[in-house]
Amino acid sequence: MTQPVALTINGRRREDHVEPRLLLVHYLREVAGLTGTHIACDTSQCGACTVLIDGEAVKSCSVFAVQAAGREVTTIEGLAADGILHPVQQAFWNEHGLQCGFCTPGFIMAAAYLLKQNPSPTDDEIVRGLEGNLCRCTGYENIKKAVRSASEAMSGKADGVSGELVGSAAVPVEG
Amino acid sequence: MAVTSMIGARIQRREDPKLITGHGNFIDDVSLVNMAHMSVVRSPHAHARIRSIDTSRALASKGVVAVLTAADFKGVILGPLPVTNSFVADKKQVPEQFPIAAEEAVYAGEPVAVVIADDRYLADDAAQLVSVDYEPLPAVMDLEKAMEPGSPLVKSDRPDNIGWDAAFPAGDIDAAFAEADFVLKERIGQQRVFPTAMETRGCVADYVPYDNRCTLWTSTQVPHFIRLFVGGALGVPESQFRVVSHDVGGGFGAKLRPYPEEYLATAASKITERPVKWIEDRTESLQATTHGRGQIFDVEVAAKRDGTLLGLKFTQLLDIGAYHGVFSAFQVVACLLGGGCYEWKAINARSIGIFTNRMSTDPYRGAGRPEATHLVERVVDLVAREIGMDPAEVRRKNFITAFPHTNNFGLVYDSGEYEKSLDRAMANIDYPALRKRQEELRAQGRYTGIGFSTYVEICGLGPSSATAPAAGIALVESSMVRVHPAGSVTVSVGTHAHGQSHETTFAQIVADTLGVPYDSVEIRHGDTGDTPFGYGTYGSRSLAVGGMAIMASCHKVVEKAKKLAAHAFEASEEDIVVDHGRYFVRGNPGEAKALAELAFASYGAGLPEGMEHGLEAVSYFDPPNFVWPFGCHICAVEVDPETGAVSIDRYVAVDDCGNVINPMVVDGQLHGGIAQGISQALFEEVQYDDATGQMLTGTMLDYLIPTMAEMPHFELDRTVTPSPTNELGVKGIGEAGTIASSIAVINAITDALAPFGIKHVEMPARPDRLWSMIKEARA
Ligand code: FES
Ligand code: FES
Repeated sequence: MTQPVALTINGRRREDHVEPRLLLVHYLREVAGLTGTHIACDTSQCGACTVLIDGEAVKSCSVFAVQAAGREVTTIEGLAADGILHPVQQAFWNEHGLQCGFCTPGFIMAAAYLLKQNPSPTDDEIVRGLEGNLCRCTGYENIKKAVRSASEAMSGKADGVSGELVGSAAVPVEG
Repeated sequence: MAVTSMIGARIQRREDPKLITGHGNFIDDVSLVNMAHMSVVRSPHAHARIRSIDTSRALASKGVVAVLTAADFKGVILGPLPVTNSFVADKKQVPEQFPIAAEEAVYAGEPVAVVIADDRYLADDAAQLVSVDYEPLPAVMDLEKAMEPGSPLVKSDRPDNIGWDAAFPAGDIDAAFAEADFVLKERIGQQRVFPTAMETRGCVADYVPYDNRCTLWTSTQVPHFIRLFVGGALGVPESQFRVVSHDVGGGFGAKLRPYPEEYLATAASKITERPVKWIEDRTESLQATTHGRGQIFDVEVAAKRDGTLLGLKFTQLLDIGAYHGVFSAFQVVACLLGGGCYEWKAINARSIGIFTNRMSTDPYRGAGRPEATHLVERVVDLVAREIGMDPAEVRRKNFITAFPHTNNFGLVYDSGEYEKSLDRAMANIDYPALRKRQEELRAQGRYTGIGFSTYVEICGLGPSSATAPAAGIALVESSMVRVHPAGSVTVSVGTHAHGQSHETTFAQIVADTLGVPYDSVEIRHGDTGDTPFGYGTYGSRSLAVGGMAIMASCHKVVEKAKKLAAHAFEASEEDIVVDHGRYFVRGNPGEAKALAELAFASYGAGLPEGMEHGLEAVSYFDPPNFVWPFGCHICAVEVDPETGAVSIDRYVAVDDCGNVINPMVVDGQLHGGIAQGISQALFEEVQYDDATGQMLTGTMLDYLIPTMAEMPHFELDRTVTPSPTNELGVKGIGEAGTIASSIAVINAITDALAPFGIKHVEMPARPDRLWSMIKEARA
């Protein structure tokens, strides 16, 4: 038995018929084809599946697709616009905030939400805002750095973070 | 003249744009037309006879294509899972493991049936309906009891539970102990841990019926290795079997072997004539992806009152699990490195591999070297405590100082400067001030501690002269460098990256070596269809072995380009000068040709007499030795005596991995590595119920992977002692952080608890353990 669901994903409306038991994360990945949202646990621990629902960070493995009916969902694919990276994306790139990149979409969504709520978080507030996300590669050092640097960029304090997707990040060194 | 040097520069990663925008291509992102899904039915028992399996209800369930058991796979999967020698060539027994249990299940989580259905929900539904009649048998869980004659058996057709018993004697151990002022004994554990890559395993198998051709997408560190074994067992020649491993969400050693599910999915694709996808869920992963460590060391050390170390005896009891992992005996390397970075008159080591009814253990980040470092660094601190000497001074007194150094077991440490990294780390943490502060705080009833770890490790696996006899395979590495007519360069390699940033760092090497723009270099890995055979990525080998294979191909390309330049300038080859990708006749740098121009010429007409067209080369590199990174980590902690909670106040690391290609990447590898060692020291432990063999830590709720809140700030620094082993002067850095860090934390905790008379603390040093120890000491 399926049920209709109509919602907006990354600014685009869609309608589908889904089983009521289908998790939002599976709906996004397998029905909507947006595979940037990842799954890394069965128990809502890892945050790899974090998306925004009506602007609020939600673990999409803990919500049924039908519960998102009428809502506006933003996934990692919807964060950059017209080739311009979101400052959090740019900061993760600049600060080497990812290695394998599997946890990264969830972290970026959670951090983007954190900075929207609190544009200049203290170190403690960064930790509290992101402790629902797990990363096994980075030891979190550069993720913290990236969030701090995104916060500075968004408040216009930093130089050198343009927020633009540059063609090459290679900067040869004079020697 | 301004020159550019990419090697050593902090280049942002080219891997990142797709990953930060959600356009990575991980295993669950692979989807094929008409693809079916596989769900694995696993034994809930640690040990049970399988009386019968009733698949009828599952078969009748909605969307089910097939329900398959061992009997169905018998004629399709033709061989067992492989087991390599890995440091113990003559094992007592190597029981064959078929990818799915037939009559007897021997660990909780072992596959007993698979369901193939139209989607993953339907496959999981039907898996619940497979009914298996089990007769539970005794679970063998305790290592020492398992060794006893007459112990219940892990599997009923085995003579006993011993996998190997190997002795590693070096020097006259009795003489060394006879010289001693004192001998200390300790038991030092290495609990089982989950490697826990954030991406679980998974695969998509597409066997083309009537064609005997197959593509297997899988989340692995070793695509060529998978092709060799899975293809072999399925009877598909390598030429017709393609293994693809695109983006991989972490490996840490747990994705470097062929696994049962890769065989089962491939066979199921052949049987059902549909592409078959299997994605492991986290609970399956915790049960059925290999675990790390799982060892107990009984150690005796002989030393003099002046701090001179003399002799070391130890036995490693290693929990193999129910079957040998493919590299289960790799961790035995701990025996050969148990002496660490110190001079010893003699070392006598023994390793006993013991089967239990648990999942197999196999390499986990560091594999054997974290164990060795933890052992020897603990022992040195015990000696320091016994004689009341500063632990830094005991280390200094016994450091190896002359290189190359042949250790007690004949392994040759290539280069090192151990005292320099110790001094640097002590200066960075301001050791005298820290000790003074510790004294002040102790007077106030606060318990802070300082822990050292001065480590050396073996990596860059490895020279065929050593790995072929030890591991049974020659761990060489390969590359193919192809310069296209318009000058861009494709480099294909046999290694594999899953977070290590090779696409960036290898391109840095090629840009410098060929003198071409960084952006013109493309690095390809992870697809056996377009890369030369290689052994993959583990053992911090990709740069020191794989990077050198790339260098070798680049040199061949430059040699040919010189011939092309000589021809173009009508000069002799000896007179051609190559300077940053510009080729000219000596004394006439104004008239030069770029590599791209020579490449274009190489595909055109009018080549020198006898020269073949094209500009490309293939190389295999066999290193002359391993490489030996080293360094010093110092951890400062405070323990709350009322709760047993540990807080890390400072974590200072000085590491030396030889020359550095990209400092940003090196630091990142250290951050993650150190975090995993700290986490083993403080939090992580795979737990099974001793009576039933049930896993008690089967979800991420029960198994603690640290969050941001649990990790300190890492203060990194480095020294640079180039390796003489290779032209780049590089070592490896993927595992060093993990190898060094667990014992820095434990030594710090032990130091903090010294006022209670506590000399040794086991891992994980969780609050309940420390609280009980303090309570007991106070009583
Ligand atoms: S998949 Fe782990 S929290 Fe959603
Ligand atoms: S970057 Fe690999 S898990 Fe976070």
